[in-house]
Amino acid sequence: MTSALRVLEHDLRFYRQTWRGTLTSTFVSPVLFLAALGLGLGTFVDQSGNNVIPGVSYAAFVGPALLMTQAMQAAIFECSYPLMGKFEWRKTFTGILATPVSVGGLFAGEVMWLSFRLAVGAIGFFVALLLFGLVFAPSGILAIPIAILTGLGFALPMFAFTATITKDEPFALIFRFIQIPLFLFSGAFFPISSLPPVLAAIAWLTPIANGIEIARAATLGTLDASALPHLAVILAWVVVGGIVALRQTTRRLVV
Amino acid sequence: MSFSSDAAPLVSARGLTKRFAGFTAVHGIDFDVARGEAFGFLGPNGAGKTSTMRMIGCVSPVTAGTLSVLGMDPARDGPLIRARIGVVPQTDILDDELSTLENLIVYGRYFDIPRGESRRRAVELLDFAQLTEKAGARVQTLSGGMKRRLTIARSLINQPELLLLDEPTTGLDPQARHLLWDRLYALKRRGATLVLTTHYMDEAEQLCDRLVIMDGGRIAAEGSPRELIEHHSTREVLELRFPEMAGEEQRDGHIDTVLADLGDRIEHLAERVILYTDDGEAASIAVHERGLRPESVLVRRSTLEDVFLRLTGRTLID
Repeated sequence: MTSALRVLEHDLRFYRQTWRGTLTSTFVSPVLFLAALGLGLGTFVDQSGNNVIPGVSYAAFVGPALLMTQAMQAAIFECSYPLMGKFEWRKTFTGILATPVSVGGLFAGEVMWLSFRLAVGAIGFFVALLLFGLVFAPSGILAIPIAILTGLGFALPMFAFTATITKDEPFALIFRFIQIPLFLFSGAFFPISSLPPVLAAIAWLTPIANGIEIARAATLGTLDASALPHLAVILAWVVVGGIVALRQTTRRLVV
Repeated sequence: MSFSSDAAPLVSARGLTKRFAGFTAVHGIDFDVARGEAFGFLGPNGAGKTSTMRMIGCVSPVTAGTLSVLGMDPARDGPLIRARIGVVPQTDILDDELSTLENLIVYGRYFDIPRGESRRRAVELLDFAQLTEKAGARVQTLSGGMKRRLTIARSLINQPELLLLDEPTTGLDPQARHLLWDRLYALKRRGATLVLTTHYMDEAEQLCDRLVIMDGGRIAAEGSPRELIEHHSTREVLELRFPEMAGEEQRDGHIDTVLADLGDRIEHLAERVILYTDDGEAASIAVHERGLRPESVLVRRSTLEDVFLRLTGRTLID
């Protein structure tokens, strides 16, 4: 546990040096997205009378979903090039394992770091939602932990994958062919029910579709027990992803 | 925890073996490193030096044989052992974005050294590494030699009893190497135990009290630099350079016949003939008397390099 905190401390020290560069993605892009999609596009949707949920503006529909897609993007990115650097380019992990820290402590510290990073982004976006008046119930605050969990649902499987590669080419493919389709077709902009049945079934297996469903209910104040199956899917990704990621990390570093 | 007396070796290996999928990097080697000693692993690339170091550093599990470090078992007490050793890896692992001073403080935290104490030691170590002026500089801006010194300073943050250095001066210019040797020698004088790998003979002669020459995962020879030269080479070496000649085989055969009784061993390189002898001067005179006319003649003392080349061969290893 102590060693995990030491690893986290190192990551935070590093973040203190580089956080300015992450400001745009954390605070500026949420505002841009909410303005363009919520207010801009939303005005047209609302005027057409085609609201997805009766009585709910398009901005209120899309706002919490964007919070979740941002968490997904941050998670996938953080476990791509930056993680590759720690494994391969800078050998940060090799340096850490020469100290009393063991691979379990190292991994736990990295999961804490990812959670912290996701929390910063989620809180930033949540503040933006508040400013746009898109949080309608106190339960809305739950969107933050849901964003962290959903993010980990992507970060940990991605961690497992990055632990197995030594070249960074696959990252561009993952961004293009996994992340962007998930961003577009996971119920953020239109309901999953309007997808062909096969695609809808696939969407419901991902953390992002389930996370969006819960976050939306939380900010609209309609959260109930129907969220539990969605939560279960997310947790399954986190747990299985975590187990595989730890195993691959050990396999990579302890040779 | 077992109690180890001063007489017990700090590192002890018997039949130490490391196998990776499909190949054996270390083939059952035996060695002991005594407290206060500077012990070297000398060998060409791929000899198994780094694999051995990683096992001693408790980051790579032992495949077979026994290994004890500081009287403990790496498989069971890895974190305890690592808390008391320092590691200088082959390539510098530093935080480029942080300052020189911060690099040391941050690393000290992994050893649970309180922040204030870590800072105090960091300042001291920068002085030791002659980097005080660079305390606030980002690592990115340091030269190769400075980075290497910083890596060594970092490995000392936990005041280790045993320091493992994997090719400490590879890739440095002569000035930087000499400064580094000077610092390592100072550490040795303070009683630190050094275990290092190198493929520089002069480095081994400068720093090591005792060394083993490794080749193909096995130990080919062991001893002090002087002992190794005495056992595996002659006192002196006579190098004769011949210009390119027609009929190389004929030439070699001829020279061999003429020189046969002048030394222990004759070696043929592209344009040089090397004669291992106890009296180079006498052999050189005899060469002339027997009618050979080399382009140039050099008499020198045997070095560790002669031992190394004899034991590990002249074939290029990539």
